[in-house]
Amino acid sequence: MKYKVNEKGYYGDFGGAYIPEMLYPNVEELRQNYLKIIADPDFQKEFHQLLKDYVGRPSPLYLAKRYSERYGVNIFLKREDLNHTGAHKINNTIGQILLAEKLGKKRIIAETGAGQHGVATATVCALRNLECVIYMGEVDIERQAPNVARMKMLGAKVVPASSGSKTLKDATNEAMRDWINNPVDTHYIIGSVVGPHPYPDMVAIFQSIISEETKKQLLAQTGNDQPDYVLACVGGGSNAMGMFYHFMDDENVKLIAVEAAGKGVSSGFSAATTYLGNEGVLHGSRSILMQTPDGQVVEPHSVSAGLDYPGIGPQHAHLFKTGRGQYVSITDEESLEAGLLCTKLEGIIPAIESAHALAYLEKMQFKGGENVVVCLSGRGDKDLDTYIKYFNL
Amino acid sequence: MNRIKQLFREKKNILSIYYTAGYPNTGDTIQIAEALQKSGADILEIGFPYSDPVADGPVIQASSKQSLDQGMTLKLLFEQLKELRKNVTIPVLLMGYVNPVLQFGVEKFCEACAEVGVDGCIVPDLPMVEYEEFYKDCFEKHNLANVFLITPQTAEERIRKIDGLTNGFIYLLSSSATTGKNLEVGNTTEAYFSRIKGMDLKNPTMIGFGISDKQTFDKACSYANGAIIGTAFVKAISEGNLEENISNFMKKFKD
Repeated sequence: MKYKVNEKGYYGDFGGAYIPEMLYPNVEELRQNYLKIIADPDFQKEFHQLLKDYVGRPSPLYLAKRYSERYGVNIFLKREDLNHTGAHKINNTIGQILLAEKLGKKRIIAETGAGQHGVATATVCALRNLECVIYMGEVDIERQAPNVARMKMLGAKVVPASSGSKTLKDATNEAMRDWINNPVDTHYIIGSVVGPHPYPDMVAIFQSIISEETKKQLLAQTGNDQPDYVLACVGGGSNAMGMFYHFMDDENVKLIAVEAAGKGVSSGFSAATTYLGNEGVLHGSRSILMQTPDGQVVEPHSVSAGLDYPGIGPQHAHLFKTGRGQYVSITDEESLEAGLLCTKLEGIIPAIESAHALAYLEKMQFKGGENVVVCLSGRGDKDLDTYIKYFNL
Repeated sequence: MNRIKQLFREKKNILSIYYTAGYPNTGDTIQIAEALQKSGADILEIGFPYSDPVADGPVIQASSKQSLDQGMTLKLLFEQLKELRKNVTIPVLLMGYVNPVLQFGVEKFCEACAEVGVDGCIVPDLPMVEYEEFYKDCFEKHNLANVFLITPQTAEERIRKIDGLTNGFIYLLSSSATTGKNLEVGNTTEAYFSRIKGMDLKNPTMIGFGISDKQTFDKACSYANGAIIGTAFVKAISEGNLEENISNFMKKFKD
């Protein structure tokens, strides 16, 4: 349990709830209730039923043969891309909408970058007939038009965030403002393992289904529930935390988190938070973030909207600082090439986010024969425009 | 005795004005302070800008962005504030978010405040538990008051705790809302203000958020020791002659 949250809401030096007083009652209500609600057998039953019948879980753990041949190891892809709505995000939104209902909330808000979390939120709101407002950066609205249309079809109101870089960070600010102005009836479904305690822990718990299944599937397929390596991409870090969760205490399993280097870590257009950032407070928790010496948040860049975030969740900051996790980065170009490679080798078009994790396989030194799990966090349909432009398809 | 305590002992209906440092121009910080004192402000709250001000509305966010784009930093602000106490004698607080303070260094920040004659701070996203554990000793060593915010949703027990932790005043939000909303004193707000008044707190109270004219100011003063004006003032000085704008704005609150 040494990497889990403590009773004060911290992971080592990171975490906490740095929020204005206006948000205190909402966050406190959640803090006091989330573990109790999640542990309730009725909640568990409904949550797992929906994951099975609605999301389509368990998602397959697929031994990718041609990938494996290429690297001389066993590459397993955890197929979160096959979930309903096309990514791991729905694991969390199913959990949080059920929790919001138990808290008696009538209105749901969320932020979104690539639109995956927005779609996953709008989907569960349609499913449970709750009002839904999604904040999305103006830039992201433009580059993720199909997801905007999906959200609208699902009945959500999509509100553009027009401040700052007009991307995920700004959408998060706007969602927090909405919550401040609607403190009683509204639940804020944060999409990643960021935000004030208890969000990072709560989202990690809902996403931990990824590693819970992986362990069982590995045991069945290899006779050993511990792989040598686990890889996942990190923006805020929710798919990575879900993928790492049940392996964190297995110290011989190497955890590799892949950040977005953008146009290169030194280019000024990057989102490689652990490389470029230092400790500070962003969106309600103490973590590592990209900032100026004056403590102003730096605008990140990544070709992948889902990784275009200037911070990482506090639990990731803890894994990084303690050395439990290895944090590396992959450029825009490397990720797009890896996306094409995956498509050609395995017939799977990955989201550009997930392609960052795949791209790092090219850089690893293997002895041969290791078991390697990569979280294929989402499918690439939403990224076709970017692939088309880059490869002149 | 510190300036804040003395002011509340001597005066009623206290008018506190917030403005963003470095707005509309980087060099305006001291000029605004002096003009506000001259035209009757009782307390100044000087905002040090932050890139992601989640507790603020569009007006203060825009002023923060403009100020940052023009080159304002906490370091530069402290340079400017070396001139503060040449002419300004009223209490001055710094208001801003915790991350710039962390990067500046908490100890260094408190020292710098004391050096230039700042009397206290308002850091909306610095939680009470963290303040108590990591900041309080440093603040008290440098005689800095830390002002906490409370809202209609803040429980009585928590208000008592805040009252015990602070030694300046308590900042009453008129509603759970980001800055720049209007004060509408309906039955529930009235009940809230009356409830706080009836708690007989050791610290004075100031009503903030939503005060924009004499009428709302007077209303606020009937429930608290005074009121804070931010958004309306920042709007009023956005363009035109600074001194004239300030003087005209302040006239609205005088009898």
